[in-house]
Amino acid sequence: MSGIHPKSFNAGPRQSIGYSDTLEVYISKIVESLAYSEYKISKRALALLLLQEDAEILETVKTKDAQNFPLIEHIIQEAKKHYSQPLNYIINLRRQEEATLIAQRVMTYVKNPIISLQERLSRIMMNPLTGAPILLFVLYYGLYKFVGTFGAGTLVDFLEDKVFISYVNPWVTNLVNSAIPFKVLQDLLVGEYGIITLGVRYAFAIILPIVATFFFAFAIVEDTGYLPRLAMLVDQLFKRIGLSGRAVIPLVLGFGCDTMATMVTRTLPTKRERIIATLLLALAIPCSAQMGVIFALLEGNPLGLVVWLGVIIFVFLIVGFLAAKIMPGELPTFYMEIPPLRFPQLSNVLRKTWTRLSWYFKEILPLFIFASLLIWIGQITGLFTILVRILEHPIRALGLPDQAAVAFLFGFFRRDYGAAGLYDLKKVGLLSGNQMVVSCITLTLFLPCIAQLLMNVKERGIKMGIAMSVFILFFSFSIGYLVNFILISLNISL
Amino acid sequence: MLSEHAEEILEALAIQLEEQGKKPMELGIFRDSPAIEELVKLGFIRRDADHIHLLDRGKAEAQAALRRHRLAERLMVDVLDLKTRGVNEASCKLEHLLHEGLEDNVCTILGHPKVCPHGKPIPPGRCCQEKRKKGSMKFVSTLSELEVKDKGEVAYLHAKDNSQMQKLMSIGVLPGMSISLLQKFPSYVLQLGQAQFAVDKELASSIYVRLIK
Repeated sequence: MSGIHPKSFNAGPRQSIGYSDTLEVYISKIVESLAYSEYKISKRALALLLLQEDAEILETVKTKDAQNFPLIEHIIQEAKKHYSQPLNYIINLRRQEEATLIAQRVMTYVKNPIISLQERLSRIMMNPLTGAPILLFVLYYGLYKFVGTFGAGTLVDFLEDKVFISYVNPWVTNLVNSAIPFKVLQDLLVGEYGIITLGVRYAFAIILPIVATFFFAFAIVEDTGYLPRLAMLVDQLFKRIGLSGRAVIPLVLGFGCDTMATMVTRTLPTKRERIIATLLLALAIPCSAQMGVIFALLEGNPLGLVVWLGVIIFVFLIVGFLAAKIMPGELPTFYMEIPPLRFPQLSNVLRKTWTRLSWYFKEILPLFIFASLLIWIGQITGLFTILVRILEHPIRALGLPDQAAVAFLFGFFRRDYGAAGLYDLKKVGLLSGNQMVVSCITLTLFLPCIAQLLMNVKERGIKMGIAMSVFILFFSFSIGYLVNFILISLNISL
Repeated sequence: MLSEHAEEILEALAIQLEEQGKKPMELGIFRDSPAIEELVKLGFIRRDADHIHLLDRGKAEAQAALRRHRLAERLMVDVLDLKTRGVNEASCKLEHLLHEGLEDNVCTILGHPKVCPHGKPIPPGRCCQEKRKKGSMKFVSTLSELEVKDKGEVAYLHAKDNSQMQKLMSIGVLPGMSISLLQKFPSYVLQLGQAQFAVDKELASSIYVRLIK
């Protein structure tokens, strides 16, 4: 057996760690200078934190011990002169020494020459040669098969066609139409873009099964400990786009929900990384709801899917690369614990899925209803028609039919609305293969949904949030135009 | 070959240059030393009534003397395990023996250290640029220069700034910890005690490891 075995031992009296004579002198000098008596921790602990120049503690002492603070600062500076290394290094070194001593007294390590199965699997995951196929396997079964085919296909079909279109919608429509005699209000609730018939239906019949399956799959992957191994594999590549391997976690989460992922960019250590990750999420990472519809749109057109994927990956890399070149600031460092691989526990996975889903719906459902409301207002005021007319120009430039403008406008309210709008166009046979690919690409890159736009503004500030959106608006159409142009020039039809 | 005294004077001049820029040094205890004459003759220094000045011709030799001293200190601490107190005296004797390429061998054994045990910079030698060639002969090496499966313990840390150092400390990389390298590509994976960590090349080259065969 390998691992750590505690020896039996009796806890002795509590002892504090002694530091070098020099340091002890400065510790007691600081302790004497601390006049305020209501600190929540001992003065010795406080002195040690001060010597390590802990920003928070310095601030606290500055306010509580304003009078003595200059003196304390002077003592810290004096103490630093005695050491060539930072004091937190000196202090940590001493603690490490003590901790090792204690551990030696109470623990023995049994060395096992045989590498365990789980360690073997871990090495296989971290080896780029075997790691890449494993990644593809996870993506294919986790994302494409489970989320794409099962969630966005089977479950959506069932909920949308069987539950909503056959039962809920007709029932609610009848109810509303008989209870409320006003046509305008009827439209708001159960019209073509009504709150219930469109907003709630999209939320529960399309989005719910897709995000639920994604969050479930993500929680499983997360709990096995696979993500740090993936981070370690992609770190060098991510460095090229101004990120570290650590950013793989928000980016993968973005395939579920970009809005939530934008919030998770908080875990990235520098502002530069947070900005680049936010931009890439908004631009080139399609969320699960979008992907569900895009897979459905490009179904039966594998070459189209490849072109779409190629262009999106190209944009992701080139924009990241350029952003990293332009953005000033500290270059990213990568360090991450590789925890042992574990078998995920179903109860934990379910709890995580549930927590994320309930967050999602608390944030998203009001926005769905808000979007339906905006569309309703846009329609009765005629503003919507004007916007669609304006949008038709760039749409024509992309070689798309005018009807696609509606889908793109919806795309602003939620990207998946837009994609779903295109889906309707495909059903009636209005889009050719090329047009399908061009619109899928443009829509994937196109402005984030309202929720994500708000999150961008909230996390990155109003200036950065707006600037990003304007950039994305122009960039997505330019790429769509370019792809269409290349396809026509090379006489390719997908 | 220079006398020991002459080397010490050059070393003092190099420290002066490093700490205060190009300023003359007071003669002080060297006033009557014959070594001063020796250095003046070689054209390394210029002397006036109370001061000596390091000339451009002597600069390389002065740097080399300082390099030998600090390498000697590193050798005492990292390999011969001398505790900090006696380091300076012992190093002062040893440094004069490190000639004719010996200092480059010592430098290689020590993994081409950038600073002495007191944190002062060690002037780099020719071997530091060509370090890959003599890979096999080493006792101390940065983690990034180790081979997979090499084992050892952390000798010391030397990062480019304090925030890098903090990061290493936060994952528990501290002198004395047992460490081994599990993987080099695409990132460095290290076994530290009972835990595993992945770090990038920059952090890996901040960790100096004393190898255990």
